[in-house]
Amino acid sequence: MIEVENISKSFGGQAVLKNISTTFDKGKTNLIIGQSGSGKTVLMKCCIGLIEIDKGVVNFDGRNFSGLNEKKKKNTRKEMGVLFQGGALFDSFTVEENIMFPLNMFTKQSIEEKLQRVNDVLSHVNLDNANKKYPAELSGGMIKRVAIARAIAMNPKYLFCDEPNSGLDPKTAERIDDLISELTEKFQMTTVINTHDMNSVLQIGQKIAFIHKGELWWEGDHQEILTSDNPELNEFVFSTELTRRLK
Amino acid sequence: MGLLGEAGDYVMLMRQTFKRPDKGWVFRRQLFIDFYALGVDSIGIVSFISLFMGAIIAMQMAYNIDNPLVPLYLVGYTTKQMMVLELSPTIMSLILAGKVGSSIASEIGTKRVTEQIDALKVMGINPANYLILPKITAAMLYFPVLVVFSIAIGLSGGLLAVYITGSVTVTDFIDGLQAWWVPFDIYYSLIKSVVFAFIIASVAGFKGYTVDGGSVAVGRSSTQAVVASSILVIVFDLILTQMLLT
Repeated sequence: MIEVENISKSFGGQAVLKNISTTFDKGKTNLIIGQSGSGKTVLMKCCIGLIEIDKGVVNFDGRNFSGLNEKKKKNTRKEMGVLFQGGALFDSFTVEENIMFPLNMFTKQSIEEKLQRVNDVLSHVNLDNANKKYPAELSGGMIKRVAIARAIAMNPKYLFCDEPNSGLDPKTAERIDDLISELTEKFQMTTVINTHDMNSVLQIGQKIAFIHKGELWWEGDHQEILTSDNPELNEFVFSTELTRRLK
Repeated sequence: MGLLGEAGDYVMLMRQTFKRPDKGWVFRRQLFIDFYALGVDSIGIVSFISLFMGAIIAMQMAYNIDNPLVPLYLVGYTTKQMMVLELSPTIMSLILAGKVGSSIASEIGTKRVTEQIDALKVMGINPANYLILPKITAAMLYFPVLVVFSIAIGLSGGLLAVYITGSVTVTDFIDGLQAWWVPFDIYYSLIKSVVFAFIIASVAGFKGYTVDGGSVAVGRSSTQAVVASSILVIVFDLILTQMLLT
């Protein structure tokens, strides 16, 4: 479980996160939703330590993470997998080398063991024959799947996904959502997904935190979100004709 | 950001860069890749420019020495001194600042804007150490080699020029190359090349690493890397000349 306690962050005097407290549960897909500019990406980056928080604490299974220096954060970071919005694959490496990279850096496995692990995670994301391809040769959906494979290569306890289905067609987006959800359940990870995609929210949102103007505005699940009377949340959720009809 | 703030950030980044690599063999592999990509790939341009530089100096010297009291072997001697002391280490470094500096800045800058640096960081890897240290090390190893290579090619260019134009005899030219040989001149040249290599690779690494924005910012950082490292190379050329030759 990840606990976020009273975290605040400002840039140039402008408050982006205001005293946010929430928890992300183990074995669940926890979603952070909100409009563009609401602060959800900053919240995720604060959780994974890419942005230093001004105030508050982030705990991973009771262990304080945000207060540690870079050297001490390293151990917790080895337990994290992060899927970046654009995949962030290393463009000079093949798919195989990308996935093997964390194994090379942090394990003493033999090359055979590492290759076995690469093939295992690639089969989890249904990319069995992509080992020798370079990121430039992959489609958007494949890049996301390779990035997921790399993120889970070290058997992480915590998986963070920043806009995992942005730029993908609805069908591929749904596949990525299903994949993340399946992996979360199978490996009992604490998964945090940053999204503004309503299909994802309704499909895999086991726990949802709605961020509005840098504040935690609402929390619930994908059932409760449809019946909430929170006006700002409703304005966000039912902003399209399709979702209004669904309601 | 002011110049002082930028200098402070540069020092902080170098502190992160010069740490023991997480995995020695990963560092060595990256070093080999950078050595090849930045060094071996520069041999062509270095050869071409050095050959013509040596030829032009020899021809200009021969053209300017029209006093019968001045011995013609001075053409060879002057070509050698100019190539060894200044043109090979400094002009080659300025050219490599353009080629290698922009390549490093744009490569690292692209990694920054495509979140590859963030990906390294969240994996628990020191991105500065992983990305910049092999490039600095590779540059400091291959710049002296390229300089020696440039001197050899430049002097060959001079020899070829006097042979083709017939302005000075080959014997006179070779006598000039051998005259007043001071081994320290080569050390001076190599010391300069190592310092310039550090400046070019580290400044370009810094500019790429601190890119903020998109592709336009990457292009801008690449240009800034070339301009800043060229200025620093010239400034340090003066400083090193004062320190080592006077």
